[in-house]
Amino acid sequence: MSANMSPDIQMSITGRQREGRTARGEARMALWAAYALIAVGSLVMLAPLYFMFVFATHSRTEIFDVPPPLFFGHNLVENVTLLSERVPFWRSLGWSLYIALASTGLTLLFCSMAGYAFGRFEFKGKQLLFGLVMGTMLLPSFMNMIPSFLAMDALGWIDQPRALYLPGAASAFGIFLMRQFVSSSVPTELIDAARMDGCGELAIYYRIVLPLLRPALGTLGLITFIASWNNFIAPLVVMRSPEMYTLPLALRSLQSPVDTQWGALMAGSAIATIPLLILFVLSSRQLISGLTAGAVK
Amino acid sequence: MTNIMTSLSAKWRLPPAWTPYVLLSPFIVLFFAFGLFPLLFSLYLSFHSWEPSAGLGSMQYVGLSNFTFSLQDEWFWKSLKNTFWLAAASGIPQHLVAIPLACFIHAAIKRSRNLVVGLYFMPYITSTVAIAIMFTALFSTNFGIINLTIKELAQLPILGSILPQHPIDWTNNSDTIKPAIAIVIFWRYVGFNIVLYMAALQTIPADLYEAARMDGAGRLQQFWHITLPSLRPIMYFGVTLSVIGGLQLFEEPFILTMGNGGSDQAGMTAAVYLYRMAFDFNDFGAASAMSWLLFAVVAALTWLTHRVFHMRNSPT
Repeated sequence: MSANMSPDIQMSITGRQREGRTARGEARMALWAAYALIAVGSLVMLAPLYFMFVFATHSRTEIFDVPPPLFFGHNLVENVTLLSERVPFWRSLGWSLYIALASTGLTLLFCSMAGYAFGRFEFKGKQLLFGLVMGTMLLPSFMNMIPSFLAMDALGWIDQPRALYLPGAASAFGIFLMRQFVSSSVPTELIDAARMDGCGELAIYYRIVLPLLRPALGTLGLITFIASWNNFIAPLVVMRSPEMYTLPLALRSLQSPVDTQWGALMAGSAIATIPLLILFVLSSRQLISGLTAGAVK
Repeated sequence: MTNIMTSLSAKWRLPPAWTPYVLLSPFIVLFFAFGLFPLLFSLYLSFHSWEPSAGLGSMQYVGLSNFTFSLQDEWFWKSLKNTFWLAAASGIPQHLVAIPLACFIHAAIKRSRNLVVGLYFMPYITSTVAIAIMFTALFSTNFGIINLTIKELAQLPILGSILPQHPIDWTNNSDTIKPAIAIVIFWRYVGFNIVLYMAALQTIPADLYEAARMDGAGRLQQFWHITLPSLRPIMYFGVTLSVIGGLQLFEEPFILTMGNGGSDQAGMTAAVYLYRMAFDFNDFGAASAMSWLLFAVVAALTWLTHRVFHMRNSPT
């Protein structure tokens, strides 16, 4: 401050400085409060998953000790053995994997075909057919519960894996996602040029469109695999005998009002969750944007 | 595969006019076989009485009696009430927490943002059944971590007067099963909403805030006058998703009540009751009628949400 400034100006400057300093202090406090809130929230989000893995390594009596176990124990092998004695766990794991892979493969094929048709062709009935796609997207999931059971019953597909991977393979969500991607990143000129060169229509789909769709196929494949792996309602309705149970059904069948083997149940839940966590860690950004961009369902 | 494709297309050419129909044929077949036809059959079934084990011949036309039965059924109304309660108690807090939390993360965390958002989002992709089973253990009366945490917190001076002194029998008590279910659903979906709101926050132009600061607006005022109005379209989208999702709740209540709706049916949602009507009580006609009644409710509420936000959005 220079000495020849009038005192009241000087005062107002220092006043403003002090104000600025407290404001900055308040801002820093607010920032730390925000950090603390976010951290506590993340802990709450993580805790149930963490305890699922911790409990998977403890016996039933240890799980319900006071205080409960906070770190990993030594009972994992016993839990998994007990699990495979109580239910055909590895078989269920196999079915879940088989159904999820079949469902993913078929969904990618059918949805990319339909998405290409909707995105790059003009044809009679297009509006109507696309309206049907959007309509099924709005249909609540419980509407399908009884009809799908009746259809599978009529076809004799009860206890058949195809009852789980075939009906939903041309999913409205997938077709919609593919159509959006085709419209934005499959150039019409490229298709026209291929046609001029004498390339057949199916070859255009297979050799030009499909490679261009690769990023969208990755996203849709991840989403489909996870949805199939986690699906509970459809197998609950269709898979009636225990040797055909998928993972969620097998886990649920271990639940009992009187005698639940918690250690085994937690080990099974943890094993069912591991593939999802691996997929999520490897592709979280792609998954999150895919799931929220087309988040109509 | 490629060779077959090329040799095929060399010998026989698909006329371009047919191409879209060929490409759409899997969708068309699956849609009619597994979508439309069964749906129409369930509409037809809702006017009949039928047990599937007795074969198609045993179907009898009963007029509207499946619908009147459902509308007079005490459990139907109870399950509907439970569903609304759960949709509100799990849906509203999701947004009340997700909006400020998304703002905090947006403002305070730059470098590790993907990690933090990923942590919150993770419950959304994990197995619902595994999670519901896990929470059953956490909610356990005498040894569950949730009750033990409450017990510890109750030792503290101020919280002690608010928190219950006795362990809560979360999943077996008809008063607490609904809050327990709502907690699980909140935990599972709050991260999804955070991601939605964060995506929207990124689209708000920074000079709007700059201008507000020049005019001397504080942080709260900026939040109130800039952030919230800008988030309104995504709020409509997110709340609609929560309403639609909330009215379809099935897996969490099903697992937490061991598949029967809980004591006094306090945890039985409409979708769980629908399942039990068909598969436990073997009344497919009444279950079909109920599913169409529920469909009408969901459609009406979706339309209502749309109207409410539309009125708020229109500048008057």
